[in-house]
Amino acid sequence: MTPHATPGATDADADATEGRVYNVAGQDWDEVIADVRDLSGSEQVVVNMGPQHPSTHGVLRLILTLEGETVTEARASIGYLHTGIEKNIEYRTWTQGTTFITRADYLMPFFNEAAYCLSAERLLGIEDKIPERAQIMRVLLLELNRISSHLGGIGPFGFELGATTIFLQGVRLRENILDLFELITGLRMNHGFFRPGGVAQDMPAGGLEAIRDFLREAPRLVHDFRTLVDANPIFIARTKGIAYLDLQACMALGVTGPMLRAAGLPWDLRKSQPCLGYESYEFDVPTVDTCDTYGRYLVRMEEIEQSLRIVEQAVDRLADRTAPNDPWMIQDKKIGWPARLSLGPDGLGPSPEHIAHIMGQSMEALIHHFKLVTEGFRVPAGQAYVPIESPKGELGCHVVSDGGTRPYRAHLRDPSFHHMQAISVLCEGGLLADVIPAIASIDPVLGGVDR
Amino acid sequence: MSEPEGPPAEDNGGLPARLGEQRLTASVVQTGMFGAEGTGDTSGYGRLQVRKPPPLSSEPPYGGYFDAVAQALGNALEPAGLGFSDAIERVVVEYGEITFHVRRERLVEVADKLLHDPALRFEIFSGVSGVHYPDEAGRELRAVYHLLSITHNRRIRLEVGAPDADPHIPSLTGVYPASNWHERETWDFFGIVFDGHPALTRIEMPDDWRGHPQRKDYPLGGIPVEYRGTKVPPPDERRSYT
Amino acid sequence: MGIEEKLPSGVLLTSVEKLAGWARARSVWPATFGLACCAIELMQTGGPRHDLARFGMEKTGATPRQADLMIVAGRVSQKMAPVLRQIYDQMPEPKWVISMGVCASSGGMFNNYAIVQGVDHIVPVDIYLPGCPPRPEMLMDSILKLHDKIMNMKLGPDRDQQITELEQARLDMLPLHVTAGIDDSGSEL
Repeated sequence: MTPHATPGATDADADATEGRVYNVAGQDWDEVIADVRDLSGSEQVVVNMGPQHPSTHGVLRLILTLEGETVTEARASIGYLHTGIEKNIEYRTWTQGTTFITRADYLMPFFNEAAYCLSAERLLGIEDKIPERAQIMRVLLLELNRISSHLGGIGPFGFELGATTIFLQGVRLRENILDLFELITGLRMNHGFFRPGGVAQDMPAGGLEAIRDFLREAPRLVHDFRTLVDANPIFIARTKGIAYLDLQACMALGVTGPMLRAAGLPWDLRKSQPCLGYESYEFDVPTVDTCDTYGRYLVRMEEIEQSLRIVEQAVDRLADRTAPNDPWMIQDKKIGWPARLSLGPDGLGPSPEHIAHIMGQSMEALIHHFKLVTEGFRVPAGQAYVPIESPKGELGCHVVSDGGTRPYRAHLRDPSFHHMQAISVLCEGGLLADVIPAIASIDPVLGGVDR
Repeated sequence: MSEPEGPPAEDNGGLPARLGEQRLTASVVQTGMFGAEGTGDTSGYGRLQVRKPPPLSSEPPYGGYFDAVAQALGNALEPAGLGFSDAIERVVVEYGEITFHVRRERLVEVADKLLHDPALRFEIFSGVSGVHYPDEAGRELRAVYHLLSITHNRRIRLEVGAPDADPHIPSLTGVYPASNWHERETWDFFGIVFDGHPALTRIEMPDDWRGHPQRKDYPLGGIPVEYRGTKVPPPDERRSYT
Repeated sequence: MGIEEKLPSGVLLTSVEKLAGWARARSVWPATFGLACCAIELMQTGGPRHDLARFGMEKTGATPRQADLMIVAGRVSQKMAPVLRQIYDQMPEPKWVISMGVCASSGGMFNNYAIVQGVDHIVPVDIYLPGCPPRPEMLMDSILKLHDKIMNMKLGPDRDQQITELEQARLDMLPLHVTAGIDDSGSEL
């Protein structure tokens, strides 16, 4: 049946011209489409962009119903990387849970750890007893991770569009940051560095100089990267106006993070609900109001530059702290991780001073060490949820404790999982080739989606 | 403090011995300490009986913006003929966070008011997750909702309980479309059926998987690990003294 | 240039096997089965610093039909296992598998219901690479070891004999607890 544009219009009016005329009055898009579909008898092809695909940004399975080149339905099937991290944590102590939760979203491991540790610290009631040095180191590493996560998202974004140069440049920049991570934490990724109570180790000798060297080079490197990509006509053609998600849609879908800031709303948990001392750092919240893929890319690049500012401030603060014995782990002996590491002739191991202390000098310290390492500390019963602003959006860990030494339940509210629901909204109605930038602009990491 | 069920306190002036009896009627959740049993238990704690504490409940004033939220919610529910206590079983404020324990029949209305009422405006749905408490008869499965209000910069948590025998909770997809996948995940892992969900299917586990993995009665599923001639059992089968 | 000058009377003698092995090893195209964290390290290995292109391996055969080597990088979940097998089956012979990382080699730290405890339950593995995640240098070391293995692969009936010998060696291998000298009865931690 032909939808009528104005009341009183008849079929005769509609059929007056050659060919079929569709008057679209509003709120009747479904009827029009159904009509067209019945009439043209076109075939719809269901295409499976399977879990193994170079362009799906991870093990994501997309089931697309195509009509020609247009996507009429887009469904995402996830779960191909489900690891059972949350259930595994229930069988480990609170400190050991860090090593599991860090591998959820593997591009931003520090953020997973921070979300978990902040929630555990809230239950322990030690939020204001975390040493200042630990907080500064946490902010430093989190912001470096933000930069490396954005690069790890934009690099593969270029790769999926077919631009391998963007990929290689992103990877090259990431290498510098991974070097810093290795210097400070010992690992390039999946560091179990944040613990409930502080961080695992102090800044190593030469760490601050290495970060300063990086900060000297970084603006130039980022500028070169942006020169390559920002005004690139092919990149712009493939990303401008693609995957439009305006503020109303973002609110309906509960979207946070760069996608929300690209829709014009300057919402950043580091500013509105700060933790870890973020309120004392100076930085801006970049916002763009184009609501498209290109806007999200711009927001991410601006965030990289703001993160460099924060890193510089954190390094200055650490350099100002010259007092010896500046603790990086909470001083409460019943919670703070007792072990100290040092570099010996046979590699990194327990520091001889610490061994001498627990074996020779203090029975109490020995007991604490033993109990904390084997049993772990007890966390009071209750539940806590402390969200932080991760590179992908709002990341939080809902932690439930029954008063014991193991988490009763730890659920990671991952922004990638939440935003993947928007795939249908972003892709349907667009071309098949636009599905790729749409998904890449969400910047999902399937480890976080599936956990 | 909410009143736990028990024999009515006899009127003898509230002496301590009688007050303790109310606690004695609560069920036992743990006997002994350290996990050792039978003749292997030489700790002396073998006959210790730990009873379930009464469910937490906070009384107003809650502090901070929680009072404003509770007040606004009460005002919003009134025109619909629902009282605050009709919809909300109890309110718990601890660790600086507020949790509204909502009755499952009233969940959709409460969520609707939370989203649309101008004094509340909890636009962002953060997520649903489940928790399984096998020891709490009648409310084993819980669905925990986190909501964020950008307008007022507030956070609250809703908790809805359902028994194992009847694990149905109304779906919030009509109010918050963003709850779609979270409810699917909670169904997948806990078996909570969200009535009214457009497509409640498994999302993380394979489609033909049996069982709901994150329930406490589902095993971790690991295998013993062989290393240098001995075998280490998987984490859920190891001895534990805590 | 190099080799032509060193040839005695300008003739290079080799065997077909060595030539085939050399050719196969020098242009292995990986079907990168990048799953999780190890995929990020794989990505970094393809980057400018640890350059995988020096082995001719930066061209990833995204379609398995054109791939020689499947680098299983990351944890394989139960849902992904049939997909893994299907991709492996779609690869034409000769093909090799590197299981990169502990999760692919043995299930890693995730000893639970969701993860396949070792990808060798599903596909035959040539090189096991431990690490969580393995450094790019470790991955390149494993690729070099694989190149070694490929270069020494025989052809034709010699290959069948080689396979039989390898299998017999595996079957003859004593269980760990015997080689370690520990009695298996009741010795559980």
